[in-house]
Amino acid sequence: MALVQIENVSKTYQMGEVPVKALQDVSLSIEEASFVSFVGPSGSGKTTILNLIGCLDKPTAGDVFVAGEHVNLLNRRQSAAFRGSVLGFIFQSFNLLPVLTAYENIEYPLVMIRNISQSMRSKAVQKVLKAVGIMEQKDKFPDQLSGGQKQRVAVARALVTQPKLVLADEPTANLDKKSAVNVIQLMRSMRDEFGTTFIFSTHDPKIMKEAEVIFTLEDGMLVN
Amino acid sequence: MNKIFKMAIRNLMRYKRRTLLTALLITVGILTVILFSGLAGSFKEMMIGQITDSNLAQMQIHKKGYVSSIDSMPLNLNLSPKEYKTIEKILQDHPDVVAYAPRIKLSAMLSNYAETTNIRLNAVDPEKETMVCPDVGNRMVFKDNVREKIFVKPGEIIIPKNLATGMKIKAGSPVVIVAQNKDGSINGLNFTVAAIIESVLGPQGKEGYIHIKDARTLLRMEKPEVTEIAIRIKNFNKLNAVYADLKSSLLKFKNKKGGLIFEIHTWEKLSPFVNIANMIDIMTISMKLIMIAIVLISILNVMIMSVYERIREIGTMIAIGTSPNKIMGLFLSEGFFLGLISGIAGNVIGIAGIYLLNIFKIRFSFGRMDNLILSPAININELFWLTAIVLLVSVFATLQPAYKASKMEPVDALRHV
Ligand SMILES: Nc1ncnc2c1ncn2[C@@H]1O[C@H](COP(=O)(O)OP(=O)(O)OP(=O)(O)O)[C@@H](O)[C@H]1O
Ligand SMILES: [Mg+2]
Repeated sequence: MALVQIENVSKTYQMGEVPVKALQDVSLSIEEASFVSFVGPSGSGKTTILNLIGCLDKPTAGDVFVAGEHVNLLNRRQSAAFRGSVLGFIFQSFNLLPVLTAYENIEYPLVMIRNISQSMRSKAVQKVLKAVGIMEQKDKFPDQLSGGQKQRVAVARALVTQPKLVLADEPTANLDKKSAVNVIQLMRSMRDEFGTTFIFSTHDPKIMKEAEVIFTLEDGMLVN
Repeated sequence: MNKIFKMAIRNLMRYKRRTLLTALLITVGILTVILFSGLAGSFKEMMIGQITDSNLAQMQIHKKGYVSSIDSMPLNLNLSPKEYKTIEKILQDHPDVVAYAPRIKLSAMLSNYAETTNIRLNAVDPEKETMVCPDVGNRMVFKDNVREKIFVKPGEIIIPKNLATGMKIKAGSPVVIVAQNKDGSINGLNFTVAAIIESVLGPQGKEGYIHIKDARTLLRMEKPEVTEIAIRIKNFNKLNAVYADLKSSLLKFKNKKGGLIFEIHTWEKLSPFVNIANMIDIMTISMKLIMIAIVLISILNVMIMSVYERIREIGTMIAIGTSPNKIMGLFLSEGFFLGLISGIAGNVIGIAGIYLLNIFKIRFSFGRMDNLILSPAININELFWLTAIVLLVSVFATLQPAYKASKMEPVDALRHV
């Protein structure tokens, strides 16, 4: 089975009386260690499908399998545990915890989610710190970092638990062109280094180019 | 666990001014409670001390029915010598009773040869009386030197200040006391005024003193009867227990009709100050309730704000896999530490305040008692409970906001701007 398997998935939001069809009968599969992008205009359903794969939301119809797990059957607590152990997340606006330093932000999933011993933690954090190239910034707080640096910390935080799959919803939208390309290339080199699958969304053609597999969404439907 | 604590403390420091203001509010609440209960408590204890040590005594035993007609000072409800002996035996056998004193209470006419007025007299055995009420002499102003144990000798009388002023009587003046005994015969005796006594609170606070022997002569008693027996015990805190003991011992004595012969009362049943004391207790409890309300509302308010401001952060933590319990723990720790900081500050300032009050002695007067000095105090137990309550209420106030945070849907929380 592929790492991500989506079968006839639909998602309808209820906006008051009006149902909004965010996804309509989408089926696809994503292989392990691939570098995948969802593209499409605003409102096409990119965030929606990433949330479904990321086990943050449930489809209205259809089935989602991630790493062999039928994720739409998991309850709240199970979903949280599953996200913590199998998935990594990168957000558009970085979402680092402001009271923690870069180092502590990266360490957070190991302490608060995984319960890993101090020595193992420091080894794991050092490794990703070096990989994303922000060693010098490790003791700074998020508000002392540039956007590109923040997103590097976020990439490191997503990778520190060695997840199978990292999901990134518009990870470059808040970055300048140069940093944006840098971050995407960093993500790809991480895929090369650790074999982690990356799925990101974007509507920037420059960023799109970096992807190896592209799924295009329009009005909630897959078009390629 | 300590990572959660670390995050909680950093989050508190993040909103320094808000945390400080809340902590200050709670601190002031605790400070008020400490100072108030320190002051009110010491006032209460001092007044009780005044009443029991200088005039009323801690407990009194009478013939059954005396206290209900105490205002008319009846002479036909005296204890016979045999009854006195019986009670004496009980008191001597009780390990907690340190002293007891016989008294005869009477109402008489006081004349300075020009004017006549009513006087209530307490006829005592001065040596025994000072054992029961060690401060009785403190209120007396003698013509000669201060007397230690025997403050009144046969032939002498001590007149309450209000009467002495009105009748222009001074220490050393000769007076006549006229009284009617229970058979209706009237008798008079000459006395010399030995001292003037200041009043204390309560109905028995304006009595004059004579020697018990004089009272027996004046009332032409055939046998040495007494009206009441005043009692002092070793440890005032054990008053209720000793009272219950003595009461059950006295209960055994019945008259031919099966009714009780004796009655015993603590100062609480004999002095109206007990109402003030109860009011002080109620006020102290109210202060504590107000403090609890302050803690509850201010912490609830701060924590609701914190959760609301950090919705996206909470969404992020949940999205990357933080369990609801940890989120709950994070916010509960914040509430706990906020309470802890305030609690410690309140205690420190409160203790300092009590200390200062003891350095700058507070003088006050109550009724006719002047120059009373308050020495406020608060015990460790009370501080411990106060702090424990503050912490408990802090955590309690945080429960709802913390629960709300832990139940957030990550998708919605992340969309929140
Ligand atoms: N919680 C929601 N409630 C109601 N409608 C929603 C909700 N989330 C998304 N939608 C709707 O579903 C559709 C798909 O939204 P989605 O966020 O997936 O688009 P997107 O491709 O991520 O857009 P963008 O590029 O602007 O981020 C849109 O029409 C959007 O308005
Ligand atoms: Mg989107």
